[in-house]
Amino acid sequence: MPNTQQLQDLTTQVRRDILRMVHKVNSGHPGGSLGCTEFFVALYQNIMDRKDTFEMDGIGEDLFFLSNGHISPVFYSVLARSGYFPVDELNTFRLINSRLQGHPTTHEGLPGVRVASGSLGQGFSVALGAAETKKLNKDSHLVYSLHGDGELQEGQNWEGIMYAAANKVDNIISTIDLNGQQIDGATDDVLPMGSLKAKFEAFGWTVVTIEKGNDIEAILKGMAEAKSLTGKGKPVCVLLETVMGNGVDFMMHTHAWHGKAPNDEQLAIGLAQNAETLGDY
Amino acid sequence: MKTYTNTGNKDTRSGFGAGLTELGKTNENVVALCADLIGSLKMDDFKANHPERFFQVGIAEANMIGLAAGMTIGGKIPFTGTFANFSTGRVYDQIRQSVAYSDKNVKICASHAGLTLGEDGATHQILEDIGLMKMLPGMTVINTCDYNQTKAATIAIAEHHGPVYLRFGRPKVANFTPENQTFEIGKAVQLTEGTDVTIVATGHLVWEALEASKTLHDKGISAEVINIHTIKPLDDKAILDSVAKTGCIVTAEEHNYLGGLGESVARVLAKHKPTPQEFVATEDTFGESGTPEQLMEKYGLNANAIIKAAETVLKRKY
Ligand SMILES: Cc1ncc(C[n+]2csc(CCOP(=O)(O)OP(=O)(O)O)c2C)c(N)n1
Ligand SMILES: [Mg+2]
Repeated sequence: MPNTQQLQDLTTQVRRDILRMVHKVNSGHPGGSLGCTEFFVALYQNIMDRKDTFEMDGIGEDLFFLSNGHISPVFYSVLARSGYFPVDELNTFRLINSRLQGHPTTHEGLPGVRVASGSLGQGFSVALGAAETKKLNKDSHLVYSLHGDGELQEGQNWEGIMYAAANKVDNIISTIDLNGQQIDGATDDVLPMGSLKAKFEAFGWTVVTIEKGNDIEAILKGMAEAKSLTGKGKPVCVLLETVMGNGVDFMMHTHAWHGKAPNDEQLAIGLAQNAETLGDY
Repeated sequence: MKTYTNTGNKDTRSGFGAGLTELGKTNENVVALCADLIGSLKMDDFKANHPERFFQVGIAEANMIGLAAGMTIGGKIPFTGTFANFSTGRVYDQIRQSVAYSDKNVKICASHAGLTLGEDGATHQILEDIGLMKMLPGMTVINTCDYNQTKAATIAIAEHHGPVYLRFGRPKVANFTPENQTFEIGKAVQLTEGTDVTIVATGHLVWEALEASKTLHDKGISAEVINIHTIKPLDDKAILDSVAKTGCIVTAEEHNYLGGLGESVARVLAKHKPTPQEFVATEDTFGESGTPEQLMEKYGLNANAIIKAAETVLKRKY
């Protein structure tokens, strides 16, 4: 298993991938991607128990579902750098005839993607369905999912959240990217949701909060705790407090880069802040 | 042949924004709702000028449609704004029961329709929305072709009592219809006169049809181009009058051929005057990422595709 330094190195490389991918096509979503980079790296490199064959039958390994599909750049980069498909394919992001669609899909058969996402609010239900199948299959592996905080404003989430506790789906760890931002501004300005911790607990979930959601060690520790809480009759929620745009100073703490690509000059600044550790694609 | 001048590319969604701004000044019953896409829908201006009549609902389209239905009770005229996919498929039953069946005066305004939203890909590119909406009893379905027309339609639907689906798009496209036109719901606009083939187009395909008609003219084919901005209620008479002259027809739309304008036209023709018809539409497929131009080329939704369809349908004419 990679050590913390190796994970850090991968993190800066993934940031470079994200910036270069969205810059090339002048579209895509860097803000949320950058904020979740440490989480994805830790998840795919250390936390999940994955088959090294990259088979996509969903049996005998942990599964991950990205509900907030717009942060596809970080997902694609980490999938590629974990061996699901050639790193060079990142070059085709959002281009016509590519497997790397703007939002992740299974339609083009990209390894690592298990369901389409992009229309928000559907991932809880799908992840819960996969978790139920794991139980039916007597497969003791876990289901992981990631959701945006703004995304939680969609009602379907709460149908799933209610179902999970009622049906004791305790083989799922659902993480919320708590960056406090969405398209039109801060979540607290657009539609304040109050305490998500209190809400999830009221809905019967066990909640783990990771206050330093951009710190690899804090993520590893928090996710290990979350894992230890599975199998106890309750679904587990991780509230991951991240900084949108993390690692690129002018993109941090704002919704401005939710769905906007950097220009040439901004790209150069962003790249200068993230060392090329493993080789650009 | 009558020709049209592009006065400069503009996005139809900005036409919606401008129309809404106008309504803000002229009709105090108009209220606007948006689901975390104010900038994309160009609703910023209305929000700034009338904060008390603007409702940010967050990322919660089902709630938005229900709120809009409720707001009509007591006389408000709600305009909802989000992408076409989240305006229709996402909230179909909410529209069906709370708006259409309950005959509520809600204006469902949908941007980023079709393939031309581009890079975001198929999850966002709805090609089924015209079909979904036209199947709802009582729903008026409008797909405007340029900035000026979208602005005019936005203003006009406030005066029409009943649910309306107004469909427009993301990219900057030719702006060629008159500024400050009056928009008549359900009334087709004949753009050119022709004798060999009728081309009825809606939305972004109207300009493409005009471009196609120029090339056809050079090839000695006289095309009559009709802008069908209202798909429901359809202007049957305009279509029947035209095919009475030309004897064949091409329909063109940024939508699946199943459920789209072409099918509505085919029904009118089958009933009153069976006529050879070719469909310029997507062929029962999802879209994908790419630039708008690349996608319209790949999926056969541009002037070239219309020219080919016209040539094909002419061969079928007897
Ligand atoms: C059903 C649906 N409605 C609206 C959108 C448009 N949209 C894409 S991302 C987004 C904001 C998401 O906020 P959040 O989940 O907090 O993600 P972040 O901006 O933090 O990455 C919206 C409204 C969508 N993709 N799906
Ligand atoms: Mg957020």
